[in-house]
Amino acid sequence: MKLHEYQSKRLFAEHGVPIPNGEIATTPEEARIIAEKLGGAVVVKSQVLVGGRGKAGGIKLAKNPAEAQILAEKILNLEIKGLPVRKVLVDEAADIQTEIYLGITNDRAAKKPVFMASAAGGVDIEEVAATTPEKIIKIHIDPLLGLQDFQVLNLAVGIEMPRDLWDQFNTVAHGLWQAYKSFDATLAEINPLIITGDNRLIAVDGKMIIDDNALFRHPDLESHRDLDVEDASETEAKEHGLTYIKLEGEIGCMVNGAGLAMATMDIIKFFGGEPANFLDIGGGADEQKVAAALRIILKDPNVKAVLINIFGGITRGDLVAKGILAALEEVKPTIPMVVRLVGTNAEEGRELLANADMITAETLADAAQKAVAAARGGN
Amino acid sequence: MSILIDSNTRLVVQGITGREGLFHSRQMLEYGTHVVAGTRPGKGGEWVLDGKVPVFDSVQIAVDVTGANTSVIFVPARFAADAMLEAADSGVNLIVCLTEGIPVQDMMRVRNYLDQREVRLVGPNCPGLLTPGESKVGIIPGNIAIPGNIGVVSRSGTLTYEVLYALKEKNMGASTCVGIGGDPINGTNFIDVLAMFEDDPKTDTIVMIGEIGGTDEEKAAEYISKHITKPVYSFIAGATAPPGKRMGHAGAIVEGSEGTAQEKVKALRAAGVAVANHPEEIPDMILGD
Repeated sequence: MKLHEYQSKRLFAEHGVPIPNGEIATTPEEARIIAEKLGGAVVVKSQVLVGGRGKAGGIKLAKNPAEAQILAEKILNLEIKGLPVRKVLVDEAADIQTEIYLGITNDRAAKKPVFMASAAGGVDIEEVAATTPEKIIKIHIDPLLGLQDFQVLNLAVGIEMPRDLWDQFNTVAHGLWQAYKSFDATLAEINPLIITGDNRLIAVDGKMIIDDNALFRHPDLESHRDLDVEDASETEAKEHGLTYIKLEGEIGCMVNGAGLAMATMDIIKFFGGEPANFLDIGGGADEQKVAAALRIILKDPNVKAVLINIFGGITRGDLVAKGILAALEEVKPTIPMVVRLVGTNAEEGRELLANADMITAETLADAAQKAVAAARGGN
Repeated sequence: MSILIDSNTRLVVQGITGREGLFHSRQMLEYGTHVVAGTRPGKGGEWVLDGKVPVFDSVQIAVDVTGANTSVIFVPARFAADAMLEAADSGVNLIVCLTEGIPVQDMMRVRNYLDQREVRLVGPNCPGLLTPGESKVGIIPGNIAIPGNIGVVSRSGTLTYEVLYALKEKNMGASTCVGIGGDPINGTNFIDVLAMFEDDPKTDTIVMIGEIGGTDEEKAAEYISKHITKPVYSFIAGATAPPGKRMGHAGAIVEGSEGTAQEKVKALRAAGVAVANHPEEIPDMILGD
């Protein structure tokens, strides 16, 4: 789950990282009131979960409260990369002398968290990584020991942090590590961390991604979820314990198991079709799950045919068949459906489906070819 | 011989009294696996599966009493890290964790702890292991594979069943099938299993089923070109997956330009691996050579 800038910065601040004074506004008037309270110049920042907000006109400097109101109105009417701007963060404008990048993420290959720092902050770090990787200092953290002071020192020296700021830097680095660790983040990033004219470190922008698998430990973060970035069908699928990802093709897929679901999409493509979605009904799927899955697939108007591929292990073929029949009863689809059942109770499942108007297949290749043909015939 | 599990495997099931744990313990027992113990804190002293398997409060007690040398974990994600650490400290030499949805930071801590010990973890988020005709640890259906000389290693569950079943349809069997799991951080990777298959006299041919995400397949390709003399066949799932989306498995995600199926296929082919267009092609490719 991605967190907004203002949410991420508040979580960093809980662990001692200095952030600018600021508040969230949902109307231009609120933005003006916040600017009056802060006094002086402010930055009005759109809170949408995409990169490139600045380039899209979603971040503006306002010299006074009246200007803050006008800019907030403009920004709140923007749509950035398809996402509506519903909130703006009004932050005290900072006196930026230097911009630094700090980030902690999971290094999959090293099986450890990696702390990255760069003196080339304020820009897209992936671009820095691609063009001048030597400008990024990387230090792996032992997950059993946590971040050590000597490692922070090495980071500070590596990015040529002025010595009189080392103490402040230590607080920021440990604060970021604590936020990453205690909120189960897969990414915790400050970009930029600035050095001000009066020699203070402030995190003026922040980003956090929380591990969805760890949300059970952070029930309070659930309210931070931004439904604008989540596809409605994907959210509905999640509620039923299914994993659904919408794609652009014309053949809807229902499969048990993530690897097999990907392989089923691939084989559709191999035989000249395009998959309309990824859908894993999971292990041990029952009637209700199958029915919900079929409803979600059929909601997509691009779908011209459906391919159901079930390899029964824990999942039982007869229960899947019952779910299909229940869904057919309810949705009454007009498009062709190809079904392949193999494994546990597949025989019973096939018998149940014998009277339904469905195309059956023995092998995966056979099923994919029939689905591709059916999708073309349906046009 | 086979790898990791055989008729000498003495298994303790962590979470044996749960629905899944109980169901699959029965399946394993019926397959012939020596399920010698189960654990569930607070239920020590009970017996399950028609009085055939004793339940203990902890893995340590189970190991001390029954001499279990392998553990399989069926506990929910929020307790799985503790279960793996408990098994690691009990003296078993192999831990198989089936649990899906374990937080990544938990897995990093577990993996770094296990690396300091003489114990192997397979998984998590995996279907387990099957040595056809001898032993099964996990949930791979026993009836979809027959004994043979093909070693199978995979990041996936049902896709692996698909391959085992396609092999069986052509009367081809497996020496051992290892599901290493679909999580980004796991205990055993492709290279570990490839090395074991290379040393296993019962394995003549290797089938490796990969998928998008990470660079383990690329590293395996490099290893194969240097150290594997047996023929390797492969399929990589996810060529049609869009970037930036997690395809069901936590580890199956194309990040930036890293982890694509195309790159993996290229690396494997360059290492002399025959890569199938779809999983059902594999048996014919092996027969054709």
